[in-house]
Amino acid sequence: MSAVSPRAAVIETRGLRKVYSPGSEAEVVALHDVDLRIAAGEFVAIMGPSGSGKSTLMNLLGCLDTPTAGTYLCDGIDIGALDAEARAVLRRDKIGFVFQGFNLLPRMDALENVAMPMGYANVPAAERRERAREALAAVGLENRGHHRPSELSGGQQQRVAIARALINRPPVLLADEPTGALDSKTGEEILELFKRLQREGHTVVLITHDPDVAHHCDRIFVMRDGELHEDAAHRPGGTP
Amino acid sequence: MNPMEVIRTAIFALRGNWLRSALTSLGVIIGIAAVIVMVSVGQGTQAEIDKLVSGLGSNRLDISPGSGRGFGGVRIGSGSNFTLTDEDAEAIREEIPEVQTIAASLRGNTQLVYAENNWAGSWQGVQPDWFEIDGWTLASGEGFEPGDYGGGAKEVILGEAVRRELFGDEDALGQTVRLGRVPFTVVGTLAPKGQGGFGQDQDDLVVVPLETARRRLMGSMGLPPGAVMQISLGVANAEDLAYVQGEIEALLRQRHRLQPGAEDDFRVRNIAEIVATRTQTTRLMSLLLGAVAGISLIVGGIGIMNIMLVSVTERIREIGLRMAVGAGPRDIRAQFLAEALLISLIGGVVGIALGMVGAVLVGKLGALPVALNGKVIGLAAGFSIATGLFFGYYPARKASLLDPIEALRQQ
Repeated sequence: MSAVSPRAAVIETRGLRKVYSPGSEAEVVALHDVDLRIAAGEFVAIMGPSGSGKSTLMNLLGCLDTPTAGTYLCDGIDIGALDAEARAVLRRDKIGFVFQGFNLLPRMDALENVAMPMGYANVPAAERRERAREALAAVGLENRGHHRPSELSGGQQQRVAIARALINRPPVLLADEPTGALDSKTGEEILELFKRLQREGHTVVLITHDPDVAHHCDRIFVMRDGELHEDAAHRPGGTP
Repeated sequence: MNPMEVIRTAIFALRGNWLRSALTSLGVIIGIAAVIVMVSVGQGTQAEIDKLVSGLGSNRLDISPGSGRGFGGVRIGSGSNFTLTDEDAEAIREEIPEVQTIAASLRGNTQLVYAENNWAGSWQGVQPDWFEIDGWTLASGEGFEPGDYGGGAKEVILGEAVRRELFGDEDALGQTVRLGRVPFTVVGTLAPKGQGGFGQDQDDLVVVPLETARRRLMGSMGLPPGAVMQISLGVANAEDLAYVQGEIEALLRQRHRLQPGAEDDFRVRNIAEIVATRTQTTRLMSLLLGAVAGISLIVGGIGIMNIMLVSVTERIREIGLRMAVGAGPRDIRAQFLAEALLISLIGGVVGIALGMVGAVLVGKLGALPVALNGKVIGLAAGFSIATGLFFGYYPARKASLLDPIEALRQQ
């Protein structure tokens, strides 16, 4: 796999810019003309200290926010022109979110948590159960379907969350500090799971401040003061 | 999200906090039950008045002697002097063609005796048209012959209540009943009319011919010749009532030789008008009752709004997550609106059941007229839905406008 991938880009930004409170004294330029291209099937890390703008970038990549300037093509669709309703549809179909805090609904069991996003995708009820079961099996939790989050370990909860992120078969998996709340051994297991998902054809974008986590990825981008640079030392084929 | 899914999600959310949901519903339950009870009582009272109107006839006028002046200008009550005569009645019949039926009458109280039974009752001395004007029909017997009215025949027709008290299961026809000291022969009984609009038992009376009453029952009172206590008349068309009333007033003033500027010594009453006033009063009462019920429903609705706002605040993170996985503002709004609607619908169903029981109980225990019908229940169901929609909309909209980034950041 090379940096200039022949494969189609699932994430492509040109001159992406985000300014908070523009025109006021409190104006903050959180993103400076970010150009980023991630091809299908890549495993990419975006690193940076807190305050560097990586959360802003993630919110934009996740279609949770709109840029002040520049374009973002999410799987070929320009999100700049979309309203809240259309962005929701895009998130549903294109993005799978994995959060640091898992964000499972406490009153639902694992299967229900995994199946929840399908309710918004109008998947027939009969198909939902089957797909949720398969997704749980894919993350190695086939026997935990009827456990509530409180009855699962942190690693298991994150696996449920990953199964949920995959359930609507999005092209992009967006993981925000997915190992941040886990001990290092469990964190390794989750990263292995991401690698396996990549081998199966998923695109994974991992946001982290932890270099050890980032080094599992094929490419590393570093955010600093709102600007994004690719870490040239860490190139596929290069020495890690 | 399809509607079934929305409802399922709403039920799931409400079950998670079932006590809170139930208590919130209780506000609506009380409101809806109150609406049903109040409106039922209002409608029942109205129905009662309608019955009264149809019982009286809407094209009837009653003339009674006016309040006259005694010595030194002291006013004495209406009907206490005898300014009307049966000749007045005769004159009205002849001069005013719109008058279709007319009957002068006298009335009083007396002790009624048959064998060892006795009963304190009232009597009416009437002219032939009285039966039609007052809406009476005979249940048995032939009633009075035309000749009986002039001749002072000692014949009597019994109202149902009097017949029951004096005769029980016995046949009254042809028997002799004493009114005071005077023996009368029973020539008929009246078909019962039941309780009147003003709560009195209409059937508690006996009827004798006017001339008989004057000679045999009023004899000791020293009436002026031909005096009567009331003249009742029926007009063919209700639209003519006002005109006829004016004609009568003019005619009687002329007959009684009243100078211009002098007060009438009689009074013409349009009972339909009196009833109309009463109808208005009742309508006002119904409106007030309904308003009280409506206020309790509003309080219930505010309860829903309050709880939904709390629920939105509590579940900000869940809302953020749902938005992240693909719920649009519309989906979120639908979900919270469905929850509010479900609370108010459950409240509506239970409230309707409770209100129906309540209305029946009020009717039984409070002896109030109650009319429970589909309209009332439909109204209540509509109100419960409207409450849910109205008070659920703001919290639902608030939830739908949340920024997913902010919502996910919430702890």
